[in-house]
Amino acid sequence: MVKRSLEPVLWLLFSAGGVVSALLVPSLVFLLGIAFPLGWLAAPSYEHVFRIVAHPLTRLALFGICVLSLFHAAHRFRFTLYDGLQIKHLNEMIGVFCYGGAIALSVWAAYVLWQV
Amino acid sequence: MSDRPMSDRPMSDRPVSERSIYTEYHPRWLRRRPSTYWWLERRAYLSFITRELSSIFIAWFVVYLLLFVRAVSRGEASYQEFFAWSRHPVVMVLNIVTLFFVVFHAVTWFNLAPKAMVVHVGRKRLPASVISASNYGAWVVATALVAWLLVGS
Repeated sequence: MVKRSLEPVLWLLFSAGGVVSALLVPSLVFLLGIAFPLGWLAAPSYEHVFRIVAHPLTRLALFGICVLSLFHAAHRFRFTLYDGLQIKHLNEMIGVFCYGGAIALSVWAAYVLWQV
Repeated sequence: MSDRPMSDRPMSDRPVSERSIYTEYHPRWLRRRPSTYWWLERRAYLSFITRELSSIFIAWFVVYLLLFVRAVSRGEASYQEFFAWSRHPVVMVLNIVTLFFVVFHAVTWFNLAPKAMVVHVGRKRLPASVISASNYGAWVVATALVAWLLVGS
């Protein structure tokens, strides 16, 4: 059997996550992280947010956003360490740390979204 | 000699960080190790590393989003507590820095899109400006959707 490289899959996840996070994360950070806490804009009522978050489609979408963004970040951070610090001899350890972290957080995402 | 296999490998296969091995007939490789701070030397390098470091802040946002969802699932009191916690100066500063990095990520991503996407209409290739404009258009639509879902209700 031919040993297939995982690299193309990782690049695919990187670009899919790049698109998703570029489109959605800036507005979400601004609203959930800055504008609502500081009261620049009125935070939505609890009932309203709960109805949105509890909807299966929203949870599926949130899961997709989380997983893709995590793998995007893991891949990019891997190459940041690789180019930025020139520590290629730690390649395997860096890979385990980055993708392992993405997998662990994805599992947590599934758990949190399942619990809603 | 124990280091024989290492020195037999071609130079291009060896990481820069590896210690050089000098042999009798090959006394010195002409290869300077770049400074660890090479990315401070030029603006273009700095913006490259800024773009790459956005990855950390994307990961932080995912954690923040999941904490938000968890708070929502635990009831109204923890939903209010979440916003009280997010007003803490450390969290707030982190989120403001995150906003800067994710906007930088989005802008660089959309500007690069024409290089990654080659779209043909008939036999003509769509110009780069059309592709990046449609990406920015999608950004506006996605932002409007998020705002419509969350603001003013």
